[in-house]
Amino acid sequence: MSNITFRLAWRNLWRRKRRTWLTVGAMVFSNIILVFLISMQLGMYAMMIENTLRAQTGHLQVQAPGYKDDLKMRQVVPDVIDLAAKLRSEIGSDEIAARASAFALVSSEERSYGLQISGVEPEFETRVSSLPGLVTEGRFLEDAMAEEIVIGSVLARNLRTGLGDELTIIGSGRDGSFAAAVVTVVGVFESGMPDMDRGFAEVPLGFFQDTFYMEGAGHSVVVMAPTLIQVGALGGRVESLLPAGEGLVVHNWDVLLPGLKQAIQADFVSAWFMYGILIILVAFSVLNTQLMSVLERTKEFGITMSLGVTPGRLGRLVLLESGLMGSLGLLLGIVFGGALVAWLGHTGFTYPGLEEMAGQFNLPGRIYPQFSAIGLLMGPMIVLLASVTASIYPAVRLHWLEPVAAMRAAE
Amino acid sequence: MKSVTCKQLCKTYHQGEVEVIGLDHVDLEINEGGFVCLSAPSGGGKTTLLNAIGGLDTPDSGKIWLAGERIDTLGKGELANMRLHRIGFVFQAYNLIPVLTARENIEFVMEVQGVPADEREKRSTAILREVGLEGLGDRRPAQMSGGQQQRVAVARAIVSKPALVLADEPTANLDSHTAEQLMELFVELNEHHGTTFVIATHDQRVMRYAKRVIHMLDGKVVDDERRDVA
Ligand SMILES: Nc1ncnc2c1ncn2[C@@H]1O[C@H](COP(=O)(O)OP(=O)(O)O)[C@@H](O)[C@H]1O
Ligand SMILES: [Mg+2]
Repeated sequence: MSNITFRLAWRNLWRRKRRTWLTVGAMVFSNIILVFLISMQLGMYAMMIENTLRAQTGHLQVQAPGYKDDLKMRQVVPDVIDLAAKLRSEIGSDEIAARASAFALVSSEERSYGLQISGVEPEFETRVSSLPGLVTEGRFLEDAMAEEIVIGSVLARNLRTGLGDELTIIGSGRDGSFAAAVVTVVGVFESGMPDMDRGFAEVPLGFFQDTFYMEGAGHSVVVMAPTLIQVGALGGRVESLLPAGEGLVVHNWDVLLPGLKQAIQADFVSAWFMYGILIILVAFSVLNTQLMSVLERTKEFGITMSLGVTPGRLGRLVLLESGLMGSLGLLLGIVFGGALVAWLGHTGFTYPGLEEMAGQFNLPGRIYPQFSAIGLLMGPMIVLLASVTASIYPAVRLHWLEPVAAMRAAE
Repeated sequence: MKSVTCKQLCKTYHQGEVEVIGLDHVDLEINEGGFVCLSAPSGGGKTTLLNAIGGLDTPDSGKIWLAGERIDTLGKGELANMRLHRIGFVFQAYNLIPVLTARENIEFVMEVQGVPADEREKRSTAILREVGLEGLGDRRPAQMSGGQQQRVAVARAIVSKPALVLADEPTANLDSHTAEQLMELFVELNEHHGTTFVIATHDQRVMRYAKRVIHMLDGKVVDDERRDVA
């Protein structure tokens, strides 16, 4: 857009200082709210994802193809412990651990329950999973070969069992043969996630491999990235380090836990209904301002048109004016909203009742809004877009303006 | 060649039940390089005729040619384009854009015409000097006298050297001295660049400069007076 047109648009805004500031103020206000709420949401999602992934799948998993869909015992990662060790040394991170998994029947003296048993490397599982830290009674696994088990608190109650008690595991091995073992309960964990607390247990990977005839194989290597954003890149690196010819695949967390991503997306979308109302209110305020502003300038527009300036060009001037107001609102909204988010991202944010509620799910009682480009830009950009869109009507109306009639209009 | 040719122009305004005659079978020819006054008492149809010639308003019937080209059949966009490139308008009220400086008012039209920035700057400097506003280019309309504003409006109208300038009572708000200065400017432009001027007025101070005065009354041409300039 050329020079003088731009100056003209900018100065036109300040012909009615107070009205422009009121409109920009409405934008800034809603932009701050949007920046704050969206950053809060993103912060909460990051926390939810991190917590869920830490307790379950991790950020990435190396698996046999097809394993994630039907969890068949024989779809294995061969030499899983060596592979995990190789990845740890190549990538230079300890947050990598081998796992194996089976469904089995676990019996105490009184009762039996079916559950998922995971074989883990005690030394490295603590690096990739939050579960070892959630053991509330006893301790986590220590020795790779020990005949020990850590179970969820609900399961412990259901089995009427406790620390030091023996449980019998019955299942089928990798080759489909009968597998059985006796283990001692050494720890009870409380994850806050009902499914895990009721139907999940961990045993040492070496012991698991012996019991289920795994022949050195497992079902996955879990990999954690330093942050969620780095997952994609790390996935590529892991892929390149996999042994050729075995057809192993790398899955991201959103593939492993599609429900989590869907739940987050659904929540995000539903929040936009509320944001939408705010944005529509701002758009109407812009519409009102620009209708008035165009009406006031009827005579001036008539003169300009009589000089040969087309209504289309004048319409673009009106859109530019709204765009400038919107940009001012965007800038100030991002500055103030960003400052708020940066501050709360540092101190955290809580409200009455949050702590108790979050505590039940082992979530922290404070939310840290996420200071991110998307959180800062998304809301204000949409407000800007809505502002310009709202001005299309006043701009298009200029096509019906007759220069002669317009010039006769009172100033 | 003829700069302006009108044949049998008619225009009737409807104000509720009342019909008001704007133009009544006007025939008119104006030569290129002409310096013509349209003289009529208020309500005589001067503005209506100028607007028709300038393509701002369409007559009910009749034909108009500008430099040989039929314009009463053109669409809105084509008319706007014609005004932009071939006609300069000067109004009674100076009609400057209040938030732009004198120079910017002049350059705005050039910008719309597609004149590049350095050329705009050069031309606006030259035209400001020509209309006697050297050094006042950075003033806003509110910081200038009526005469100065009208000169900016004239500069805006003529900066791209249109073949035809249409002025509607350009001196009505000016004192005698300023009015005379403006007319001298018009004459100079007319003589230097061969620009055709059609000036609607009922101001005797203006008519003194005209080479030809067309008298109108109630939308009709009643007299066509050719004279040697006083
Ligand atoms: N838009 C309009 N609606 C109704 N009547 C009009 C309109 N424009 C001009 N007229 C009438 O047409 C006649 C000629 O007007 P105009 O051309 O403005 O005269 P002048 O410029 O000589 O004063 C007048 O009677 C005026 O009232
Ligand atoms: Mg008039």
